[in-house]
Amino acid sequence: MLQSNLLFYILFWPLLSAIILSVLNLFIKKELRSQILFDFLSVAGVSFSAVISLYLAYQNYVFSFDFGYNIYTFLDLESLKIDFALKADALSLMMLSFVNPVGTAIFFYALAYMRDDRSSARFFIYFNLFIFFMNLLVLGANPFIMFLGWEGVGIMSYLLIGFYYDDFSNIKAANKAFILNRIGDFGFLSGIFLLAVFIGVDGYSFEALSESYYKIEPFYLNLIAILLFVGAMGKSAQIPLYVWLPDAMAGPTPVSALIHAATMVTAGVYMVARFSDLFSMVEEVGVFIAYIGAFSALLAALIATKTYDIKKILAYSTMSQLGYMFMAEGLGNYSYALFHVFTHSFFKATLFMGAGAIILALHHEQDIRKMGNLKDKMPALFYMMLVAALSISAIFPFSGFFSKDAIMLHLFSSGHYLIYFIALFTSFLTAFYMFRFIFYIFFSHKRDIEVKATSKLMLIPIGVLSFFTIIVGFLNTPELLGGDERFSLWLSLFDQRYFVSHLVEISLIVINTVFILLAIFLAYLRFYKLIRLEDEASTLSKLLSNAFYVDKIYNNLFTKPLHKLSCFADEKCDIGFIDKLINSLAFGYIKISKKFSVTQNGSLNLYMLVSLGGVSLMMIYILVVLL
Amino acid sequence: MFKNYLILSILLFSLGLIGAVSRRNIIIIYMSIELMLNAVSIMLVSYSSFYNTNTGVVLSIMVTAIAAAEAALFMALFVTLYRKKKSLDTSLFNSLKDTNATK
Repeated sequence: MLQSNLLFYILFWPLLSAIILSVLNLFIKKELRSQILFDFLSVAGVSFSAVISLYLAYQNYVFSFDFGYNIYTFLDLESLKIDFALKADALSLMMLSFVNPVGTAIFFYALAYMRDDRSSARFFIYFNLFIFFMNLLVLGANPFIMFLGWEGVGIMSYLLIGFYYDDFSNIKAANKAFILNRIGDFGFLSGIFLLAVFIGVDGYSFEALSESYYKIEPFYLNLIAILLFVGAMGKSAQIPLYVWLPDAMAGPTPVSALIHAATMVTAGVYMVARFSDLFSMVEEVGVFIAYIGAFSALLAALIATKTYDIKKILAYSTMSQLGYMFMAEGLGNYSYALFHVFTHSFFKATLFMGAGAIILALHHEQDIRKMGNLKDKMPALFYMMLVAALSISAIFPFSGFFSKDAIMLHLFSSGHYLIYFIALFTSFLTAFYMFRFIFYIFFSHKRDIEVKATSKLMLIPIGVLSFFTIIVGFLNTPELLGGDERFSLWLSLFDQRYFVSHLVEISLIVINTVFILLAIFLAYLRFYKLIRLEDEASTLSKLLSNAFYVDKIYNNLFTKPLHKLSCFADEKCDIGFIDKLINSLAFGYIKISKKFSVTQNGSLNLYMLVSLGGVSLMMIYILVVLL
Repeated sequence: MFKNYLILSILLFSLGLIGAVSRRNIIIIYMSIELMLNAVSIMLVSYSSFYNTNTGVVLSIMVTAIAAAEAALFMALFVTLYRKKKSLDTSLFNSLKDTNATK
């Protein structure tokens, strides 16, 4: 039981850090603060959580222990009992074992990144609370607790995107992210409500639910699966709810690295995997998910080839990789998807932190057209980012190769060739835009750019993560290369497996690798010695550089009609009708009382006449009616 | 005979009513009111002699007593009002008038 208590402490330390920091932030003046104390408080919580997570993951991996911890009963009705309970099985612990350690690396990086910021304490309060909610999401033993964490990371994402709130465009981006996520949350919430309505009687924890899915009619099961996936769409930035992710780059770079690349956006993938027993019962919905993932991946990769903002390229690339994960989940292999989540968090965090270091070195320049020739000036960073770029492009032996290739193999062998070809083309595009990114930043424009030195504290976390980027792929070595897919075995989800011959496997790898190398070569030809700027002549490139005008379409389709409706409600319904009605009542009384005030003219004789008239009427009434 | 008493009473009452409503001097109004009270007293007494009972007579004595008490109050009121405005014209006592009233 002692170890189960540890689950509570995973949640507790970041929360405690956040609370102490906010108290100190309120009561201690900026000049009197001890830098070391604040730095320690900022990173301590997540570091403790990381250590505990890794320990528990090790325990689970070796001894297959599952941990559970019931804090209190949140709700006890006759038909529904919800515990505030934590549970850690292999899936949760897998998530924890990268969320907290990668989080720790990014926290250390953020210490350096936010050093000169005037509200860095506020930043770390949010950051610690984010880690708290993320852990709650992952550890929740029932959909309700998961939803609490889900909403918590949403609000932290909102606060951190709008961290520099004095710029209006940041606030707009934050609101966009929050509102689009609300649409997804509506789906998720409806899904878990339906689950509670149909089978909540038999217990609401994930285990209890998974034993009674068969009781739900197929129609409603499909509906629930789709609603849950709508939630995943919002959080994990899939078509059609993806437009918030590129704008979310308005936040500080560590936020992009931690929340919008490595952890929070993968919550959707985790949620689908958590309900994997439900999703494995509804294959049509699975295929739908796979197609959504495929088109998201393709769309994002296409847009990324024409984007010039260093962080937006990475944002689109994140969305594209999330598309891969959903392809794998839709076609029934959850552990491959989660393995891609796992490796992705390492290389995407590396890329983002590298991008942040470059942005700081170039005095907050984010346009890659204004960068170039940085290889000699920041060699260490170059090699780290090269490793991550090779990894995301899926070159052997970097981690991306193992995870992405497993997914590609699964897509091919499941027989959905259209999805496979989209994935293959996306993988080609991925390599192309990643090396466009590398060549643009580190090679093109042979001119002198003034560079600020990057601090060691920033480089070390990037280095550590890029090192892991190289090695973590071997955790799930396929059987072809002499491994035994240990990672998938450990997770033991409801995976669908297809067995194909080694020949097919090898040829798929070769095809994929050839395409990737070709893409890299094309990028080399096009961007290595680039001097002049790209021209935006053709229609296609115009379409791409404007992200398919999706924002505009959404604006015209949803935002403007809504705005018009609000204007109508305001002008016609509120001011025109309700206000008028109430005003006319009030002014009507005044008008009527004006009429009656004629009698109050101060003449005693009139008063007397009126009262005598009244008495006479009374007398007549008594005489005529009563007698 | 009884009818003539009633006619006298009605005439007196009407005279009092017209005086009370149309005159502006407070003392005249008071006198008109007393006139109306006496008209009522005459009517009570004539009815009681017509029906041969004592009720009306008793009531008329009570009316007279109340009118006497009233007179004492009225006198005090006249003095107070006169001290305020140096006049007993009712049109001067209009502080309860609604200033917004459309005349």
